[in-house]
Amino acid sequence: MQTTHTPSIDKAADRSGRATAGRRVRSHLGRFARAGKVRLALWALPLVIFVLAAIFGPMLVEYNPVRVNLGARLEPPGTVLPDGSRAWLGTDQVGQDVLAQVLQGARVSLLVGAATIMIAGVIGLVTGVVAGFQGGWIDIVLMRLADIQLAFPSILLAILIAAVLGPSVFNVILALALTRWVIFSRVARAATLAAKERDYVLAAESMGASRSRMLIHHIIPSTIAPLIVIATVEVGLVIIAEASLSYLGLGSPPDRPSWGRSVANGRDYLNNAWWISTMPGLALSLVVLAIGTFGDRLRDYLDPRL
Amino acid sequence: MSRYLVTRLGYSLFVLWGALTIIFLAIRIVPGDPAAMMLGPGSTQEDIEALRGRLGLDESLPVQYGRYLSDVARMDFGTSLWLNRPVASEVASRVAATARLAGAAAVIGLVVSFPLGIAAALRRGTPLDSLISVVSLLGQSVPSFWLGIMLILVFARHLQILPSSGSSGWSHLVLPAVTLAMPLIGVLTRLVRSGLLDVLYEDYVRTARAKGLSPRAVLVWHAMRNMLIPVVTVVGLQLGNLLGGAVIVETVFGWPGVGRLVVDAINQRDYPLVQVSILFITVSFVVINLLVDLSYGLLDPRIRVQ
Repeated sequence: MQTTHTPSIDKAADRSGRATAGRRVRSHLGRFARAGKVRLALWALPLVIFVLAAIFGPMLVEYNPVRVNLGARLEPPGTVLPDGSRAWLGTDQVGQDVLAQVLQGARVSLLVGAATIMIAGVIGLVTGVVAGFQGGWIDIVLMRLADIQLAFPSILLAILIAAVLGPSVFNVILALALTRWVIFSRVARAATLAAKERDYVLAAESMGASRSRMLIHHIIPSTIAPLIVIATVEVGLVIIAEASLSYLGLGSPPDRPSWGRSVANGRDYLNNAWWISTMPGLALSLVVLAIGTFGDRLRDYLDPRL
Repeated sequence: MSRYLVTRLGYSLFVLWGALTIIFLAIRIVPGDPAAMMLGPGSTQEDIEALRGRLGLDESLPVQYGRYLSDVARMDFGTSLWLNRPVASEVASRVAATARLAGAAAVIGLVVSFPLGIAAALRRGTPLDSLISVVSLLGQSVPSFWLGIMLILVFARHLQILPSSGSSGWSHLVLPAVTLAMPLIGVLTRLVRSGLLDVLYEDYVRTARAKGLSPRAVLVWHAMRNMLIPVVTVVGLQLGNLLGGAVIVETVFGWPGVGRLVVDAINQRDYPLVQVSILFITVSFVVINLLVDLSYGLLDPRIRVQ
């Protein structure tokens, strides 16, 4: 048993050495960089499908929140309904098509995910760059505020804010943006502090570049790559957080099917209609998984040293 | 070390004060009158006024804030309207259940993720490594409320070997604890793997191997110990997140802990109870993070000196 570890440690070390050398050579070859882009694009494919489904799906499969179809209650996936249509993912306890709900839910997830990341990202970029570049009391106040916010488990703070604001898609975005900006701010600040010490920034400063020129041309661009990397991690977390809030009834309103709300809806029908909870949750898991794998590849691509 | 302890303790108190203030403000910025919302539609103006007086909502904000801080300092949190008993004793009666759940999840998380992470690092680049990375990505991607429902569907409804809700015996603990542990397993496995890969190629590991230590001794005494610091940081943060996750998992499984109390209190619009249950979780979170910080000193003597 003891001896088996040595060769594997050696092998791993070997592989690592070769891998970094290989990467260094490769980075000089544009041809390989393009191949990397193609591979990256392939990993983005599931996400493209999700975005397209969220945008166009609800147009193709109609959903009417007030229509009930009691003749087609709790039908399993693939059933042909009395009106001749096929319920590919089954129907729920009032005869609503589960596929239509899943597509509606995709829209909520996409909207909340994208809007939250945009808002939290912009707040984080501005506060982080200002704190890092300016320093002084602004930096102290902002980072103390960040520490205080991080004293809450993030879902708990989101629950508190969402409960106070009441269930609506806009309020969920607000609650999640208010809880997530801190992460972006910290990353932007760290990137700013690192960029301030780089030779080209010091050179620009010594040549008399104005502070605003340094910010726009040198500091902010250097924060973008780390912010994008953190955004790919955060967007998955935000989508899960939205679904969790909606599961608790604090997210999307009752007439707006979201994945979390649909899963909660099926909770009481596990005995005779497993598909009501299963399908939306499966969609949610697959999307978050796709975001996670894409995020990993993107990080490798943007920062091969990691 | 003692100076470090005092500074760190003081900072924790500051962060707690900030968190208390956020909770205070969040509940009082409610659009509309909390007293009216608590009593619901159909309540008389006199009832609302009486409740406002009882909760102290008729005072000015600074007076309310002062009273709030002194109440917290004296651990006097008032009476729950919904349960008609002191809020503090209700929270206290639920602490044990949450601690049991989070503790079991933490143990499961550690016991599963360390072997997985070590195996993945030592067999880097093999199919086993890929398999483990898929498992850990799944752990992070699958939302816990849905995973919980799927486990109920399989183990409680179909196989009928475990109960779906309740809290009386060990069997009730299995499904919620596994559900709560999954994200932890996902995060920790990745972290143990990358942490170990980072230190495996350090000079001191090579030196230890060169002087003839057995591979297992090198792994345990040189590599693992240095890997532990980043791991402990994340374990600390994740233990805190277990408390956040417990809010969701306890709701799914009807587990009678503090997390479910938060959600019930929100649904009952019992603001004193919301305030205290969230406060309790936040305090626990801060204390856990403090303990984690202090444990660095034990693991890495360099930090003790600073």
